[in-house]
Amino acid sequence: MGLVEKRKFSVREIRQDFPALRQQIYGKNLIYFDNGATSQKPQLVLDAINQYYSKNNANIHRGVHFMSQQATSEYETSREYIKSYINAEKQEEIIFTKGTTDGINLVAFSFGSLLSAGDEILISAMEHHSNIVPWQLLCERKGLVLKVIPVNSRGELKLDAFEELLSSKTKLVAVTHISNTLGTINPLKTIIENAHAVGAKVLVDGAQSIQHTKIDVQDLDCDFFVFSGHKVFGPTGIGVLYGKEDLLDKMPPYQGGGDMIAKVTFERTTYNELPFKFEAGTPHIAGGICLGTALQYLNQFNIEDVEQYERSLADYAQDLISTFEGVKIIGTAKNKTSVVSFHVDGLHPFDIGTLLDKQGIAVRTGHHCTQPLMDIFGIPGTIRASFAFYNTREEIDTFIAAVEKSISMLR
Amino acid sequence: MTLEEKQQEIVSEFSLFDDWMEKYEYIIDLGKDLPLIDPAKKTDDRLIEGCQSKVWLDASIVDDKMRLTADSDAIITKGIIGLLVRVLNGESPENVATANLHFIDDIGLAEHLSPTRANGLLSMVKKIKILALTALA
Repeated sequence: MGLVEKRKFSVREIRQDFPALRQQIYGKNLIYFDNGATSQKPQLVLDAINQYYSKNNANIHRGVHFMSQQATSEYETSREYIKSYINAEKQEEIIFTKGTTDGINLVAFSFGSLLSAGDEILISAMEHHSNIVPWQLLCERKGLVLKVIPVNSRGELKLDAFEELLSSKTKLVAVTHISNTLGTINPLKTIIENAHAVGAKVLVDGAQSIQHTKIDVQDLDCDFFVFSGHKVFGPTGIGVLYGKEDLLDKMPPYQGGGDMIAKVTFERTTYNELPFKFEAGTPHIAGGICLGTALQYLNQFNIEDVEQYERSLADYAQDLISTFEGVKIIGTAKNKTSVVSFHVDGLHPFDIGTLLDKQGIAVRTGHHCTQPLMDIFGIPGTIRASFAFYNTREEIDTFIAAVEKSISMLR
Repeated sequence: MTLEEKQQEIVSEFSLFDDWMEKYEYIIDLGKDLPLIDPAKKTDDRLIEGCQSKVWLDASIVDDKMRLTADSDAIITKGIIGLLVRVLNGESPENVATANLHFIDDIGLAEHLSPTRANGLLSMVKKIKILALTALA
């Protein structure tokens, strides 16, 4: 995939690809800084969705007719593309899910069923609720112990504490690649090496990383990697669980239904092979196909250019916001990207978010589904601006002026 | 002034504003000016936890009239609470129970009372209405 000549990185041209960016909100040009929640979709993906439903719509994997074969072929071609994109070894290792949350729940249920009372799961203090609660449910079900890697005041994982928490009892480390609230990029390779040294498996929550940085699951050597389509310019309701084949083979099915079986009798059912064993029922076919399209769109560019540009946007915004009186940046890790989260002394994030909205600016306010992390920083929530490669410095300038105006109105 | 007249009064006040920022400036002023609840009454049993902002509600019926005080940790929420209290305070339980609070929609703030907003305001209105209905039963 690296051999094809890449498209020149031009933000002006990229913006033309995203129709949702060309609109006005409350009479102002939209500034979309909520990319951590979901990304906008390029025309290429919108066309692919339209094309699927207007031409190829049919159920996959079972029809003898032309349309079904066409849909199946596109769906499986997409799986192949995704495999190559994240450099998985085999197509069997790419399971389509509803999204990151679904992928984590699948692993918690299925891999979790292989664990025994007293075994330990390690997560980090900066996890999204979706990488906390499935493990809590599992721990309750199976009598496992959940332990938490702490963070320092900059919002970085305390690696020495992590090493102390690791033991032969640790069966799984479930950790985010990039924090949705802080933007911290975690040192995955170190984490994975250390975990493997005690025989633990590692699940990486890639919801916030797939759209910003290169993912190579073999190079990382992670055991599971999960992400959502909608955060990487694809449709909602589709995502991917990558798992190493030998692990997935040992794991029992998560849900029962059509497509995941080999043979069903009332006495006994045998299961289909990977990846279908984990894909019960009619999937989100259009989503699966168009997630491939979304990755193809992103793959037109050098991901290093994307990464560098987004980091420069975040640095620029952070430097400007830091100059405001009473503003505290939440998450100042040395290695961070695309997110600026901040709190203003004495002001509620909801008030600032509401006023920014009325100025045409979409940001996220609140706890970002990371309540335990907010408790650690002792605040109810933050205002989070999260950037994508279609955002500009000019938008940040407008945003900064709007933040200033909002603060002065509220003080 | 009837409950309906109070609503009309608010709607005409808001009709003076040209844009959203002016509207919100006014709401923020309402929020800042109204020390709505006795700090001693900001207890957990009076707390309505929203996803974004918190609301404290102290509601009772005295001499067949609704007595309301409320507060929020967010100023905009507090300003809207001020408007709701202005309309509902001192009304009979029957008036409160049957009130159609259309002014919120009329002044363009319906989003704050939508079920998805989770800022505690909708739950606050529900609690007030339930209290009024209980008094009628």
